[in-house]
Amino acid sequence: MSNEIAILGVGMHPWGKWGHNFVQYGVAAAREALQDANVPWQDVKFVSGGATVRCGYPGYVAGATFAQALGWQGAEVNTSYAACASGSQALAAARNKILAGGCDVALVVGADTTPKGFLAPAGGYRPEDPDWVRFYLGITNPTYFALYARRRMDLYGDTLDDFAAVKVKNSRIGSKNPRARYRKCFTAEDVAASAMVADPLRLMDICATSDGGAALIVSSVEYAQRIGKGDAPRVAAISTTTPTFASSVVEMPDIATDSAAAAGVEAHAFRSTLPLKAYEEAGIGPEDVDLAEVYDLSTALELDWIEDLRLAPRGEAAALLRAGDTAIGGKIPVNVSGGLACFGEAVPAQALAQICELTWQLRGEAGDRQVAGARVGITANQGLFGHGSSVIVKR
Amino acid sequence: MSDKPLAPAIEGWHTMEVKPHLIGTQCKECGSYFFPKNTAYCRNPACDSTEFSEVELSRTGHIWSYTNACYKPPEPFVATDPFKPYAIAAVQLEKEQMVVLGQVIEGVECEQLKVGMPVELVLEALHETDDDIKMTWKWKPVTQ
Repeated sequence: MSNEIAILGVGMHPWGKWGHNFVQYGVAAAREALQDANVPWQDVKFVSGGATVRCGYPGYVAGATFAQALGWQGAEVNTSYAACASGSQALAAARNKILAGGCDVALVVGADTTPKGFLAPAGGYRPEDPDWVRFYLGITNPTYFALYARRRMDLYGDTLDDFAAVKVKNSRIGSKNPRARYRKCFTAEDVAASAMVADPLRLMDICATSDGGAALIVSSVEYAQRIGKGDAPRVAAISTTTPTFASSVVEMPDIATDSAAAAGVEAHAFRSTLPLKAYEEAGIGPEDVDLAEVYDLSTALELDWIEDLRLAPRGEAAALLRAGDTAIGGKIPVNVSGGLACFGEAVPAQALAQICELTWQLRGEAGDRQVAGARVGITANQGLFGHGSSVIVKR
Repeated sequence: MSDKPLAPAIEGWHTMEVKPHLIGTQCKECGSYFFPKNTAYCRNPACDSTEFSEVELSRTGHIWSYTNACYKPPEPFVATDPFKPYAIAAVQLEKEQMVVLGQVIEGVECEQLKVGMPVELVLEALHETDDDIKMTWKWKPVTQ
């Protein structure tokens, strides 16, 4: 039996630093998605929200918060929190509900309002909390991404110019995305002139935090066919797998990795195992993928993701980049939305924003950003505490 | 630096000797190591042990990767004024088959580091309070 569901409509509130209540962004995204789907709000029987932990109680119960804001109509609600993968987990909940026959149409929505500056841990003296410990010892979020980036340089020969080229590529395409927050075409010189944050990453290699919202209207394939949208893009796979012990790459907020010393235990790299379930579930391989939206928290991380998704052999993503193959018109365009480089991160919305972009691309509605003939797209992202996701959309 | 007494920044995470060790635990059943200490339940999915021995981890290893901090981290980090950037290393311990993060000793910059370089564990001041100097572990390149 097919596990596919149809994407009837998508919507986004533009990313920025607007300073409004997060609910406003989610409602705007949901209304756009409803309009895009041409489905009345009253027909939505399940609202699956991505939680935000920065906006108080309404954020913890985001599903209900959005349902109330759109007007209570009796729909069942769900709220998912999975850090950066929250949107994908909310989508997985909606898919399960639909495939179990619990509803025909669901709204999946995430939105966030973010504070300024470094994200700091809760106060007090709390050595039992790894997030507190690492800040006390002077290890911030950029530390982890810089470690991955520096390892690429020493192992594979990636250069600062390569990292800058990711930013240049993403800003060039993102400049054509009206929903992106940063729409300036940055040059390699701009990147080189920005302040070093965590060697080798400069300020412009690292993504910002943003306000934003994204929403999907999804349904059973039968419902889509019934309303004449049988050819709508479909969610072909969702992977939200956790790491496998021993997880060998040091991940935020940990101070150490698992130990692989025990008999029968092997070291595993979480990011590269995430897409395996997605490929298997969709019954396709990396060679079938036309474009990818990946979580470029740093420029260098985009190159890691390209290899983790098996779109290039390990260590060869930079060569793909240098050949122009990850840009529009290349063999495998990556982050044609502009990516986090142009959006900044709005945690509960980001994984959904990736799917919005794939949906427009697969419908051939991406305008200046269109990847010609796109039929299959994949997303990848990773969050704190063993969360991550990879979603495959196809038409 | 004053003549205040030395105290660990985090109690029980490392010994206070001249050649210090990080203090972790090892599962008595499967042999997995844990740092920070895990004394409650083994996280190896093939093991349901709740018995652990406290062990000193290897005090030498090889750099898995490295970076630095050019900007002052937020609290609870206690920064010097003016803020002095420092290098950070992730170090692979062979016997334990794990990677442990830590600052690199003062005076060593990223340019002097390389993936695979041998390092050893030392203690250095993290910050000073009214009563004592808080010490923490740092990685130091091994110079032959």
